[in-house]
Amino acid sequence: MERSASAIVIGQACEFDYSGTQAVKALREEGIRVVLVNSNPATIMTDPEIADRTYVEPVTAEVIERIIEKEKPDAVLPTLGGQTSLNVAIELAKSGVLAKHNIRLLGADVDVIERAEDRQAFKKVVEEVGLESPFSVVVHTNEEGHAAMETIGLPAIVRPSFTLGGTGGGIAYNREEFRELVDSGLRASPRTEVLIEESIIGWKEFELEVVRDRNDNCIIICTIENIDAMGVHTGDSVTVAPSLTLSDREYQRLRNASFSIMRAIGVECGGSNVQFATCPKTGRMVVIEMNPRVSRSSALASKATGFPIARVAAKLAIGYTLDELQNDITGCTPASFEPTIDYIVTKIPRFDMEKFPGTDTVLTTAMKSVGEAMAIGRTFKESLQKALRSLETGHLGLGLDRKDRWGTPEQPNRQEITERLARPKPGRLFFVRYAFKAGFTLDEVQTLSGIDAWWLGEIRQLVEFEERLFAVRGSELDSFTPLILEAKRLGYADAQIAHATHHEEQAVWVHRIANGIQACYRLVDTCAAEFAAKTPYFYSTWGEQSDDLPSTGKRKIVILGGGPNRIGQGIEFDYCCIHAAMALREDGYETIMINSNPETVSTDYDTSDRLYFEPLTFEDVMGVIAREEPDGVIVQLGGQTPLNLALRLQAAGVKILGTSPEDIHRAEDREQFSALLDTLQIEQPESGTAFTFDEALQVAHKIGYPLMVRPSYVLGGRGMSVVHDDEQLRTYVLAATEISPDHPVLIDQYLDDALEVDVDLLADASGAVVIGGILEHIEEAGVHSGDATCALPPYTIPLVLMNRMRAASKKLARALKVRGLMNVQFAVKEDVVYVIEANPRASRTVPFISKATGRPLAKLAARIMTGRTLRELDALEEIVPPRFTIKKSVFPWNRFPGCSVLLGPEMHSTGEVMGIDREFGAAFAKAQSGASEDLRPLGSVFVTVRDADKRQVIYVAKKLSSLGFEIFATRGTHAVLERHGVINLRHIHKIGNGRPDAIDLLKNGEIGMIVNTPSNDRRTKDHEREIRALAVARGIPCFTTIPAAAAAVSAVERLLARPLEVEALQDVLAAH
Amino acid sequence: MSLPARLVLEDGRVFHGRSFGAHADGGLETVAEVVFNTSHTGYQEVLTDPSYCGEAVTFAIPILGVYGVAGDLDAQSARPRAAAMICREVSRHASNYRSKETLPAYLTRHGIPGIEEIDTRTLTQHLRDHGSQLGALSNDATLTDQELAERARQAPRMEGQDLAKLVTTQAPYSWTTGFSSETAPWSDGLPEPVAEPGSAGRVVVVDFGVKYDILRHLVDHGCEVTVVPASSTLEEILAHDPQGIFLSNGPGDPAAVSYAVETVQRLVAAAPCPIYGICLGHQILCLALGAKTHHMKFGHRGSNHPVRQASSGRVLITAQNHGFAVDVASLSATPLEPSYTSLFDGCLEGVRHKSLPIESVQFHPEAGPGPHEAAEFFAQFAAAIQAAPSPSPQQAT
Repeated sequence: MERSASAIVIGQACEFDYSGTQAVKALREEGIRVVLVNSNPATIMTDPEIADRTYVEPVTAEVIERIIEKEKPDAVLPTLGGQTSLNVAIELAKSGVLAKHNIRLLGADVDVIERAEDRQAFKKVVEEVGLESPFSVVVHTNEEGHAAMETIGLPAIVRPSFTLGGTGGGIAYNREEFRELVDSGLRASPRTEVLIEESIIGWKEFELEVVRDRNDNCIIICTIENIDAMGVHTGDSVTVAPSLTLSDREYQRLRNASFSIMRAIGVECGGSNVQFATCPKTGRMVVIEMNPRVSRSSALASKATGFPIARVAAKLAIGYTLDELQNDITGCTPASFEPTIDYIVTKIPRFDMEKFPGTDTVLTTAMKSVGEAMAIGRTFKESLQKALRSLETGHLGLGLDRKDRWGTPEQPNRQEITERLARPKPGRLFFVRYAFKAGFTLDEVQTLSGIDAWWLGEIRQLVEFEERLFAVRGSELDSFTPLILEAKRLGYADAQIAHATHHEEQAVWVHRIANGIQACYRLVDTCAAEFAAKTPYFYSTWGEQSDDLPSTGKRKIVILGGGPNRIGQGIEFDYCCIHAAMALREDGYETIMINSNPETVSTDYDTSDRLYFEPLTFEDVMGVIAREEPDGVIVQLGGQTPLNLALRLQAAGVKILGTSPEDIHRAEDREQFSALLDTLQIEQPESGTAFTFDEALQVAHKIGYPLMVRPSYVLGGRGMSVVHDDEQLRTYVLAATEISPDHPVLIDQYLDDALEVDVDLLADASGAVVIGGILEHIEEAGVHSGDATCALPPYTIPLVLMNRMRAASKKLARALKVRGLMNVQFAVKEDVVYVIEANPRASRTVPFISKATGRPLAKLAARIMTGRTLRELDALEEIVPPRFTIKKSVFPWNRFPGCSVLLGPEMHSTGEVMGIDREFGAAFAKAQSGASEDLRPLGSVFVTVRDADKRQVIYVAKKLSSLGFEIFATRGTHAVLERHGVINLRHIHKIGNGRPDAIDLLKNGEIGMIVNTPSNDRRTKDHEREIRALAVARGIPCFTTIPAAAAAVSAVERLLARPLEVEALQDVLAAH
Repeated sequence: MSLPARLVLEDGRVFHGRSFGAHADGGLETVAEVVFNTSHTGYQEVLTDPSYCGEAVTFAIPILGVYGVAGDLDAQSARPRAAAMICREVSRHASNYRSKETLPAYLTRHGIPGIEEIDTRTLTQHLRDHGSQLGALSNDATLTDQELAERARQAPRMEGQDLAKLVTTQAPYSWTTGFSSETAPWSDGLPEPVAEPGSAGRVVVVDFGVKYDILRHLVDHGCEVTVVPASSTLEEILAHDPQGIFLSNGPGDPAAVSYAVETVQRLVAAAPCPIYGICLGHQILCLALGAKTHHMKFGHRGSNHPVRQASSGRVLITAQNHGFAVDVASLSATPLEPSYTSLFDGCLEGVRHKSLPIESVQFHPEAGPGPHEAAEFFAQFAAAIQAAPSPSPQQAT
């Protein structure tokens, strides 16, 4: 491809940020003009300096065609942005858009993608190359599904075609489950196509990451073995690299098969992933599936081996061959080799299912995890315990911690253990441990769980080792120092050793350091030390020698990352950490990143000067600090994870950069914060704190219902709730004390119908403060700020109130001596501005604001933390964004059937998209589209609102009907609308009061949009839940607040006026 | 609990670990060249590969023994040949449907010692930086580090050692089984026979320490295989009336196998049929044709070695195991030309005769363990036999 060429790279969410960013950089190095499309503002790839032209626009065929018309690229690269971009590429190719504009598809052509993704076609290819697939039948209707069940029998696997993360699929054990799964699968599949497959549950599962170049050179980057047997989605499985239970003959068989499939499918160059299952008893091997693109597993394989798959795949896509590319890690060998590693990598998924009550927590073939942690150790046992610790779920390893139920009144009995082994749910490995402690034999555990005996044997060894720790329980630490080293080599945390031997964690830590038992650090080098490596990517282990630490003499700064993605702490924080690393490197510091999340750009080995792939716990972080002796540590950018360590790190003598941990604590401690607001004469909702239910009751009666209740120290609104009466309060308090035993329950006056506003700001040591952005929530207060749709700049708030918020924010920042970022949340009601909370740290809106304003807030924050001032950095003036920007959250409802789809004080979103345009309505429409909830400018709207909203909905309904929509309303709403002269009005039965009802209309596809504000009546609530769940399943936009519905009206109005326009971020920011 | 053990290198560097396998309870005294292998899989194949005779093999993969030890199908010779096994951790429990015993039990049964809990990464780095060296393994706490280092220094060096004579067959025998003719619970994925048994012609394999997988490949390519001792003379070889001659892999210094070098010289001069070779066989062939060999700093041992095929430009990932190599520069004085080159360090990995059907490779196209993509070497050999002129009446008698 000639150097003047340009290519479009299409991106997607989180785990594809790493691949997209690598790809864009790799292409630009070759002089190619890169146009990037991705609607996710929290990605590094959408930073305006990464690509030549950046479109933060919805990834839809329509939008991309418009971009193609503007940018006239030569090629599209769809294989590095996940399933969404692949699907859009197929659509563009099929509709003739690519041919019309003379655009090549790089990496894989449409036939290839179809052969790999279409299950029937894939199965045929597998047979043609002499391999086996599980016996299966493809069906397009429920009737065909029934017939398939008759031949295949139960249990059977149901897999919808062309869905992300296996959405809508599952394992059917009985006829009823089968019918439900086929029905939901057909709906989830964009092709209305489902594969019914023979069950190979209990087989071993492997994934091979393959890279091929145009000269047909093929290499395997990594082989990943699943500990959870077939039946659990690989994204939800505990996985290990390299594969360990395969002999060479078995492994080579998988390797050969991967290449045959890659060739037969026709992936000419780039990365793919092939999944296999093997029967543990006979060795029979079947091919499960192939992804002709960089996948979630590719990210893991890259981090596990150090081999930059996406970067290499991008270079191969433009014509390089593997032997022409260098292995950047050694700097002296070519990329045409197979990484070999001298450590064991374990990945464990992170679940947040407690946020989705009502959903089935059993793991099946549809992915339910929201993130993952990865850990590296020299043995499997060490790596497993580090990975469990990295998950940040309160476990420090496999048992022997505060979460350990063994030996407590909560100790699981044989029946519970049996059930938990047999039904895979999050945390099953803990039950493997309990099983051995309860005296189950290895065979019993194997039969129940289907987990290969080798992994079980390793866990049993850990259980056996526990006995040795118990044997020294109560003895002086001095008397068993060698045992401590042995424990460390098995991956035990100080706290676990302390727990088992009845000492304090701090005492174990102090003792072992005094005795020279310290972590050593080894290099991830792709070659098992065969060649000297240049890339500083480290992990810790014990009782060995450390690999050399390069010394540059520069000042060092450690940046603590955010750990695994979870609800409330996603890549927004990773983004901030990366920006800090970039800024400080530019300023001549040596940057050191510590993180445990394989899905992010921060754990790319070239993001910082050094990367430590480590759990974010006190002891693991202190190990790195002891080795690096940094000049300071940044804790305020990685979300709550590093903040939780701040005070302890400081007490251990570590210099925390930026806002002091004491001041951070002052903002987080409700009482101190409340007192501070009083001193500063800033309005706040009435509030109180309670440690017991009686105290809570007193506070509640003083303030009056409704109340917002929450545990202290939370992120993502975990455990937050609105309560309306004593009974609800009682239920809440009894549950909440479990969440955070050391901290009280906080009770706030709930500002009904208030408007909520987020303010992000920067403050420096000179006392200068600049507002980064003011975000108006479209939903009223009560919807978690992480879930709310936000507008920047605000679109309804009067200037005088904005100024009041500015002033209050600045006052607070100065009082808290903020050095860096702070987020303040306001509620505005009846022209009074209340401060709800302040977080002196990066918030999840920082990347969004940075993108909208062009001001890199996290970079500035990092620089402020090194002592620079806003004046020096020329950042004293607030930037008002040149366009309307809308942040809309993306929710994983689809993966949690059965849970209630409703926004509230508890956060549920896993990501966000941005809509940006000159007009508010267009920006809103784009945000809806980016979140796959496209607004259709014509059709029918179903309107049903609670009594309190009936007046306000009149405007919405009137407007919609005048725009040509047909309005369906239930009796009460219908009556009000009719009275106010709404035309095109149709009556529809309330559910249970006759047919057809809303469910019927939804199922028949007659409804294009829903306006439904939640009622308080229990029965109606159930119906609403059903309606909203159906809407989510079908991608029908559903607005649960009047302001959101009103915003949607303006968006629809705009869509009717003329087609949406696209604008590159670079043009937006230059225009400013 | 097994005894603490030490590995002391000739340069005095000490590594501490624990004994397993033979002599785990005392009496471990092994001196051997210490090398490292980076394969993730295939410890049974490595241990039984006669090319590892006299070597203590350090495995970079930190855990060994997970899938146990399978039966004969995975074995590359009748018993383990490596002098010792060095690793970070050995598994005493194994899980695989083909496993017959655990790795420590297997080693004990065959008298092969092992040391685990060794800082194998540091050891590998040390060998990488300072070159392969002799090392003494011991679990005798009464010996000092210095004494052990001295033992290592006193032992015979790899250079000048004819180890082939230790592992070669004593008498000729014929080999008739291919991969699939041996029973296995599964057969898919194993190389398929590509020709009728014996259809390709009679082949004499000169055994310098041949791996069974080479013989299996030859059978599957239609060769009627007779294996003869390393010391076989030209006459003894020709007495089998070969239509192809195969020089096998093996351990030690090729220059020390001077008798074989002479025999091959005479064979080439007689040029009765295609001559192919692997590893030590390749080195002997090159020496016979006037090239030179040298002991490498730390050798190539692993399953991820990329080589470029000169004829096609393609890159093959190969299994390799060699501590000696043929000097590329010395080829200029020979009728040979390079056919494969290592992409790791430019090392010569294969040669082809400019006019005769003579070819050899330094890497292991038979894999076992390792990638299978270079197996085409056997097909080329079979094709070369087919393409060769019919045997003369004199040879037919």
